[in-house]
Amino acid sequence: MAVEGAQLVLALVAAPILTGWIGVCRAVLSNRSPAGLLQPWRDLVRLFRKETIIPEGTSFLFRAVPFLVFAALLSCVLFVPFLVTDPPLAPVADAVVLVGLFSLARMLMAFGAMDAGTPFGDLGGRREMMVGFLAEPATLMILFTASLWSRSTSLPAILHSLLGAAAPFHPSLLFALLAFILILLAENGRLPIDNPSTHLELTMIHEAMLLEYSGPLLAMMEWGSQIKLLLYLLIGTDFFLPAGLPSSLSPGALGAGLLFLSAKLLMAGAGLALIETLFAKLRIFRVPEFTALAYLLATMGFLIHFVLEV
Amino acid sequence: MDNDDFSKRFSPGFCLIPREDGIPRAIIPQNSPGSYIEEARTLAASGGRFLGLWAAGDPEPRICTAFLLREGLIVLVLPLNLPEDPQTFPSLSSFLPAADRFERTVRDLFGFVPEGLEDSRPWISQGLWTVPPLASPPGTCIPETPTPDLQEYPFVRVLGPGVHEIPVGPVHAGIIEPGHFRFQVVGEKVLRLEERLGYTHKGVDGLFRGREIAAGARLAARVSGDSTVACSLAFAQAVEQALDFSPAAGVRFMRALLLERERVANHLGDLGALGNDAGLGFGLSQFTRLKEDLLRRNRIHFGARYLFDVIVPGGVRANLDDKAILDLLEENRLLAAEVGDLQKIYDDHGGLQDRFQNTGVLLPEVARRLGAGGVVGRGSAQAWDLRADHGGDPYRRFPPALALAHEGDVAARVRIRFLEIQESLALCRALLEHLPEHSIAEPLPDNPETAEGLGIVEGVRGEVLAWVRLAPGGVIRAAHIQDPSALLWPALEVVVPGNLVADFPLINKSFNLSYSGHDL
Repeated sequence: MAVEGAQLVLALVAAPILTGWIGVCRAVLSNRSPAGLLQPWRDLVRLFRKETIIPEGTSFLFRAVPFLVFAALLSCVLFVPFLVTDPPLAPVADAVVLVGLFSLARMLMAFGAMDAGTPFGDLGGRREMMVGFLAEPATLMILFTASLWSRSTSLPAILHSLLGAAAPFHPSLLFALLAFILILLAENGRLPIDNPSTHLELTMIHEAMLLEYSGPLLAMMEWGSQIKLLLYLLIGTDFFLPAGLPSSLSPGALGAGLLFLSAKLLMAGAGLALIETLFAKLRIFRVPEFTALAYLLATMGFLIHFVLEV
Repeated sequence: MDNDDFSKRFSPGFCLIPREDGIPRAIIPQNSPGSYIEEARTLAASGGRFLGLWAAGDPEPRICTAFLLREGLIVLVLPLNLPEDPQTFPSLSSFLPAADRFERTVRDLFGFVPEGLEDSRPWISQGLWTVPPLASPPGTCIPETPTPDLQEYPFVRVLGPGVHEIPVGPVHAGIIEPGHFRFQVVGEKVLRLEERLGYTHKGVDGLFRGREIAAGARLAARVSGDSTVACSLAFAQAVEQALDFSPAAGVRFMRALLLERERVANHLGDLGALGNDAGLGFGLSQFTRLKEDLLRRNRIHFGARYLFDVIVPGGVRANLDDKAILDLLEENRLLAAEVGDLQKIYDDHGGLQDRFQNTGVLLPEVARRLGAGGVVGRGSAQAWDLRADHGGDPYRRFPPALALAHEGDVAARVRIRFLEIQESLALCRALLEHLPEHSIAEPLPDNPETAEGLGIVEGVRGEVLAWVRLAPGGVIRAAHIQDPSALLWPALEVVVPGNLVADFPLINKSFNLSYSGHDL
């Protein structure tokens, strides 16, 4: 119980701070003065204090979607090991289920956007589904590559096999990592696929789906997206940089694990900010090329495992 | 072609007199609708660029049409107090498609009916008035025109499987001027774009009536905030031509300097915004910083960040001492170096160039047909630049090179802006180094009788035109400012179809047209 609660609280608190950290890095990299680590938290608090305005002509779906999306993403938190090697829902913590839950959240979000019947909601929902269906095969391929050592798609099993592996370096995982970075950008609406800070409604993907939401409902959607980004980075550290993750619940081990975790997240966040500063947004019809590259890299990793590592 | 040939080809008994302060400008009155349309046809057929059409109401109703030729600016004036029906004028749209929206605007505001104009929809009117506000005599209704209704504006629709409409604006997600865009799209591809403007209409032509010259100059400066220098200067030129007043050389130098500073500030802002719209926030931060530094220097040396009211009829309201000149020269040097660095970054950025190139192509032939000038026109091989062609005194001594590109895409318009910044900075440097002693605004002479004048200036977006008619005693009887945006909005409509919906903001930004300057 303690681990469940700790994982949930940690993810809820840390997700906006991680987004804030990326914002700070981006600001510094382009010579702007940053708004601070806590800016996303301030925004969330502000939104939660506001009234909710429901657009005319929407059904119950529009109101239900933020809760469902938030719930789906929050349950993912219990799947991913990041405090200890065995997450609260270890017996069912399967990578394919995780991908399914992410898809569910995405689909619900697109439904909510289309429910309002505005052209921008449709546009955003449509584009989000396109990116999703292009990215999912690559995501699965990365998971399969990582699971080749453990012969299981269970996340704790993958983690145990990687932590206990004889060889510290897996060439197959290097390719999977490159693919994972591309997928992380695509799935979380970051540059060069989508621009999270744009105000141009015609170019939006993720933001276009949120245009009709306001107040606490918007806050839940934003918070959910921040948790999703955190989860992706956590999965990334599990697969590609698992060192330092404690397997026992002793306070000393947990403390050291938390330090390692923070350091890894700060590094990953800074790297993400660097990518976002360096690249311009892709033309939308280049997204298939981008995700195809991710799929190709993941498949190469998969094959290299059999060539070099078995 | 010399002036003799020229006057033979057009109206007998007039010639374009070279001027110190700019290009030759002439007003040619027409005595019948027939001669008006013949003259317009001749001007259009002999390489004249249609620059705009406007009207004046009571007490001397008239239609004015401007053409820019290599030899100079010509405005045809058709008085409407003729024995025939005074409420109609012949439409030029059959051979000048660009005249369509101007004539619809005249119909909306004045109630004069363009005969032969096929498009019967309102343009500037949003259905807020039932009687044309500038009707002559006041209160006259437009015959046979249904009351325009905002909700019912009939956009042209595309029908077919999978085609749908995306309405955008007039309120946008960013903090920008209001305008409505109606897209007909299939999937991500735009099939048709139609604009609906007029949301920032403020009745400028009506507000000019009866004002003193100084108050008129303040109004002209506020027609379009980012082009305040160009609008003020065009207005000042018009007043000075009407009063037969010639500003001193120092005044001309200062005005040219201010105009270039406005151009550089706008181009810096546009380049940053273009990078940002393609997802490169770095560009926006850098160019915004450079622009902000320039604006702050404007405030220090000229007293206004955007140079509002610095140019007035009769002179300028600023003076530079030696220290200020040194400071501006130092700024000039730093800016040229930094813009050069940033240009290299933009040019070498694969992702950015991929977004810019072959996006929003305005073919040179189309640009010529639409009469596009300014940055947009020069990006599509239209070699018109008043400063390079035949500017007045300071330009003749330090002629800036004409920036020209042939591709007509967003990348070409970006390149033109980079080239023009460097040319403008070089021109500013020359002006600062040779700045003559100048007097601040001189008192204007009085006009014993009604007088008319024209002004034309190469502004940020293209030629800004001003026309003024002064009653005795320096009271404005009628005046009009013509921003180039009005000519360029139709070009945007032509450029966008065939592109992706998501590329529209980028194309729109590469045009960066004024809503306020168009809606007047």
